[in-house]
Amino acid sequence: MTQTSKLNSLWEYANPKKFLSTTERFLPGLWIVTALCLAVGLIWGFFFTGDDYKQGSTVKIIYLHVPAALMAINAWLMMLVTSLIWVVRRHHVSALAARAAAPVGAVFTLIALVTGAIWGQPMWGTWWEWDPRLTSFLILFLFYLGYIALWEAIEDPDTAADLTSVLCLVGSVFAILSRYAVNFWNQGLHQGASVFRAGAVTGTDTAEKVSNIYFYPLLICMIGFVLLFVALVFYRTGTEIRARRIKALQARERMSA
Amino acid sequence: MIALLTRDLRLALRAGGGFGLGLAFFLILTVLVPFSVGPQSALLAVIAPGVLWLGALLACLLSLDRLLALDWEDGTLDLLATAPLPLESVVTIKALAHWLTTGLPLVLVAPVLGILLNLPTPGYVWLVVSLLVGTPALSVIGTFGAALTVGLKRGGLLLSLLVLPMYVPTLIFGAEVARRGAEGMATSTPLLLLAGITAAVIALLPFASAAVLRVNLR
Amino acid sequence: MTLTVSDLTIARGGVPVLEGLNLTLAPGQALVIRGPNGIGKTTLLRTIAGLQPAVSGSVQGAEETIAYAGHSDGLKPTLTVTENLTFWASVFGLGSIQPALDAFDLNELAARHAGNLSAGQKRRLGLARLLVTGRPIWVLDEPTVSLDTRAVQMFADAVRAHLGQGGSAMIATHIDLGLEAQVLDVGPFRAKLPALDDFDGGFL
Repeated sequence: MTQTSKLNSLWEYANPKKFLSTTERFLPGLWIVTALCLAVGLIWGFFFTGDDYKQGSTVKIIYLHVPAALMAINAWLMMLVTSLIWVVRRHHVSALAARAAAPVGAVFTLIALVTGAIWGQPMWGTWWEWDPRLTSFLILFLFYLGYIALWEAIEDPDTAADLTSVLCLVGSVFAILSRYAVNFWNQGLHQGASVFRAGAVTGTDTAEKVSNIYFYPLLICMIGFVLLFVALVFYRTGTEIRARRIKALQARERMSA
Repeated sequence: MIALLTRDLRLALRAGGGFGLGLAFFLILTVLVPFSVGPQSALLAVIAPGVLWLGALLACLLSLDRLLALDWEDGTLDLLATAPLPLESVVTIKALAHWLTTGLPLVLVAPVLGILLNLPTPGYVWLVVSLLVGTPALSVIGTFGAALTVGLKRGGLLLSLLVLPMYVPTLIFGAEVARRGAEGMATSTPLLLLAGITAAVIALLPFASAAVLRVNLR
Repeated sequence: MTLTVSDLTIARGGVPVLEGLNLTLAPGQALVIRGPNGIGKTTLLRTIAGLQPAVSGSVQGAEETIAYAGHSDGLKPTLTVTENLTFWASVFGLGSIQPALDAFDLNELAARHAGNLSAGQKRRLGLARLLVTGRPIWVLDEPTVSLDTRAVQMFADAVRAHLGQGGSAMIATHIDLGLEAQVLDVGPFRAKLPALDDFDGGFL
C-alpha cells in the first residue's frame, strides 16, 4: 500500500507545473552545496596535496579529468533512462530532461577529452593517443553531437522526443559495441602498451591506485560534479519546460485566430 | 515483398536512379588517395585495405539520403504504411535493395581498385570477403539513419552525423579482416565478430527503423 | 465491414483540433467530410487510416480494410503507368489491373512513364490505385484536385460502382460528386481549448 502511494507521488513530478515549483524550491540550496563541494574538493586537491613523485603537479588534473569522465558516461545513462520513461509512460518532463542533459553530458565529455590531452602531453609526450579509452570517449562525444543535432533538427516536439529516444537506445548499443571494437582494434595495433596506459593513467581504476591523500579530495570533486550535473539538468529542464509552454501557447494562439 | 524489391531495383537502374554514382565515387576516392599521400607503392600497399574499406563505407553513405526520402516525398511511404506489408519488412527490403544496388557492386569492384593501390596478393580474397560480410550491415544501419531523418528537408548532413559513429564497429572489424588478410595473418576472429555484428544488426535494427518511420509518418 | 469511430479526439502538432467525433460508415455508404481549411480534415482521415494515433477515442473496423489516398499519389515518374499499378496490385495481393485501367480510361497511357503524364492524368492513375487494393473502405483526401469534369465523372462512377459492390467511402471534398452521400460538417467538433491556468503534460 505505502509502496504504491510512494510510486504515485513520484510520478506526480512528471507534471511540468509540479516539477517547476518543486525544483524552484530546492535548486538554490543545490547550487550552494554544489559550489561548496567543488570549491573544497578542487582547492584541497590543487593546493593541499603533495606532488606525485613521478608525475609532478600534472597529476592534479585528475580532479577535473576523472569526475568529468565519470559524468560523461553517467549523463548518457541518465538520458537512456529518461528516454525509456518517455517511451513507456509518455511523460513530457522525462523527454525534456533527456534533452536538457545532452549538452551537459557533451561538455563533460569534452572536458574529459581536453584534460586527458593536457595530461597526456607531459606523460606520453603527445597531445593525442589513440588509446582505447580516449577513443571511446571521442566516439561517445560524436554520439552526443548526433543526439543534440537530431533534437534541434525536428520541429514537432513529440516527434523529436520519440526519434531521439530511439536514437539514444540504439546509440547506446552501438557505443558499447564501439567500446569493445576499439579495445580489440588498438590491442591489435600496440600489443601490451594500451593495457598499461589504460590501467595506470585514465579511468576510474586510477582511484584505487592513487594514495589516500589524492583520493579524498577526488571523491569530493566527484560528488561535486554529480551535484553540478543534477543542478544543471534540473535548471535546464525547467528552461525546456518553459520553452515548450511558450510553443504550446503560440500554437493555441494560431488556432483561436 | 518481392514486388517492392523488384520495383526498387528497377527504379535504381532506370535513368536518374543514381545507380553507379556510388561506384564512380569509390573510384574517384581511390584515385585521389595516391595524390594525397604520394605514389610510393610500399606505403600504398600498407594503407590499401583501410582506404578501400573507408571508400566503400563513404560510397554507401552517399546514396542513403535518397533511400527513403524519395518514397516519403511522393507519398509512397504513407501508402505502404496502410498496405498489408508490415513496415519492418518494408525497411528490410529497402535495405536489401540498397545493398544490391550499392554494396554488392562496391564489393565486386573493390579488387580492381585494389590493383590501383598495390594491395598485396593475399589481401584480395579477404578484402572481398570482409566487404561481402560487412556491407550489408552498412546498408541496414544506414536505413535506420535514413528513417530517422526522412521527414527533414535537408537531412543529408545530419544523416551522416548520425550514421557514421554507428559505422565504427563494422569499419574496425571489416578493415581489420582486410588488413590482416593482406599481411597474411589469421583473420577468423575479426571476421567472426564482423559477421556477428552484421547478423545482429539485420535481425534487430529493422524494428527500430520501422518504429522510427512510424513516428515520422504521423 | 462497418467502420465505427467513437468519441474521437485528434491532434495536430500536439494541439487538439477535433474532439468528440462519432460516426459509422456501413457497407454501401458514402460519407462526405466538409469543413473550412485547417480544421483538421486531413488529420482526421490520416488518423482513421491508422497513420497517426488518436489522442483519445477509438476507430474500429479499420485494420486491413482501408485504402487511403492522400494529397500525393505515390507514383514513380520513371515507371510506366502499368508498372506503377502492377506494383500496388502485387503489394495488395491482387492480380489484374485491367479493371482499374478501364475505369479511369488509362489504357492508352498504359505504356507511358508516369513522369510524362499531366497533373490530371497522374491523379487518375493515383485513384486507379484504389481499385487494385481490393480494400472495402476508401478514405480519400481531396481526390478531385486537378481533375477535369470528365475525370470527376469517371471518379464518381468508380465510387458508385465500389459502393454497389458493398464497399464504402469517406471523402473530404468541396465539390458535388453527385453521389448519394451523407455529409458531415466537422466544424462543430472543433476542439475547445483547455483553461490557461493549470498546465499538464500537453503544456496547455
